[in-house]
Amino acid sequence: MHHFRAPDARRFISASLMIGIAFVIFGFSFGVLAVSAGASLLQACAMSLLIFTGASQMSAVSVIATGGSAASAFGGAVLLSGRNAVYGLAMAPVLRGGSLPSRLLGAQWVIDETTAVVSAETDAAKRRTAFWISGVILYASWNLGTFLGALLGANINPSDFGLDAAFPVMFTAMVVPHLRTKAGRRAALFGAIAAVALVPLMPIGLPILVSALGMLFGLAPQQPLTTNSETTE
Amino acid sequence: MTWTLILSLAASAYFLKLLGSVIIGHWVMPPALERCLMLIPAALLAGLIAKDTFTVGHQFGVDARAAGLAVAVIATWRKLPFVVIIIAGVGTTALIRLFV
Repeated sequence: MHHFRAPDARRFISASLMIGIAFVIFGFSFGVLAVSAGASLLQACAMSLLIFTGASQMSAVSVIATGGSAASAFGGAVLLSGRNAVYGLAMAPVLRGGSLPSRLLGAQWVIDETTAVVSAETDAAKRRTAFWISGVILYASWNLGTFLGALLGANINPSDFGLDAAFPVMFTAMVVPHLRTKAGRRAALFGAIAAVALVPLMPIGLPILVSALGMLFGLAPQQPLTTNSETTE
Repeated sequence: MTWTLILSLAASAYFLKLLGSVIIGHWVMPPALERCLMLIPAALLAGLIAKDTFTVGHQFGVDARAAGLAVAVIATWRKLPFVVIIIAGVGTTALIRLFV
């Protein structure tokens, strides 16, 4: 019963390309910073091809770049990718019914942005089309950006171009959707304070792991999802 | 950056994606666990922003990055596109370094 609808496909392609342009730029900055943190071109590309979850990759490079240990870089990055398991639960019906290889491939593309594109659709067939189109485009964009950044990164000094500010700037754009709930804002405030206040006291990389304890605000019984304190329903 | 770190991150990240989408696709997660997992990005990203802007090694430090972050926060608050936010934040930091 599934008929491929060209107008839908075009819509998914343009939605994905909008995010894809941002991904090329994010990926480029990631590539430059990965190389300046000591990764080779091949390692930077391998990270984007194999890990493919931007915030985790950036977190790992950010911890290594500031002198943190591999263990703390690993810890923060893995915690950050934990949310993909939750997105995966939402994406499971989209992948179900496909062949095993297609499900194994599709799993790699379960990230914030593909989940967002798919969640905008209600029809099962459209969700499937949206997933594969956004997956291909975003995977290609992220890896293209990384390759270009890592290629050029060896020849530039990141701080001359303000690229050492690229991580906090990108993280700012990424954190906003997570601040819509009161628990999200509390977790963020806790995380920010812990990450800075503990810096003189702990080995580099550990304060960021303590930040993650902000997640425990989620243990409180569900509060009504007020998007803004001034919003009245 | 070591291959051990890259490959163990790749394996863990893929396992977590696979866990939700293929392995336990039918399972309903306890609501408190799901809420906690979904709060991790808020806590960690805010921590990373603060660390990358206000610390240098083991010390507190405020430099051109803080100005870049301030511009990025304003651009984000004004709901400008991602691309504009990045260029504005990074550009501000670069310009301050160039002229100050």
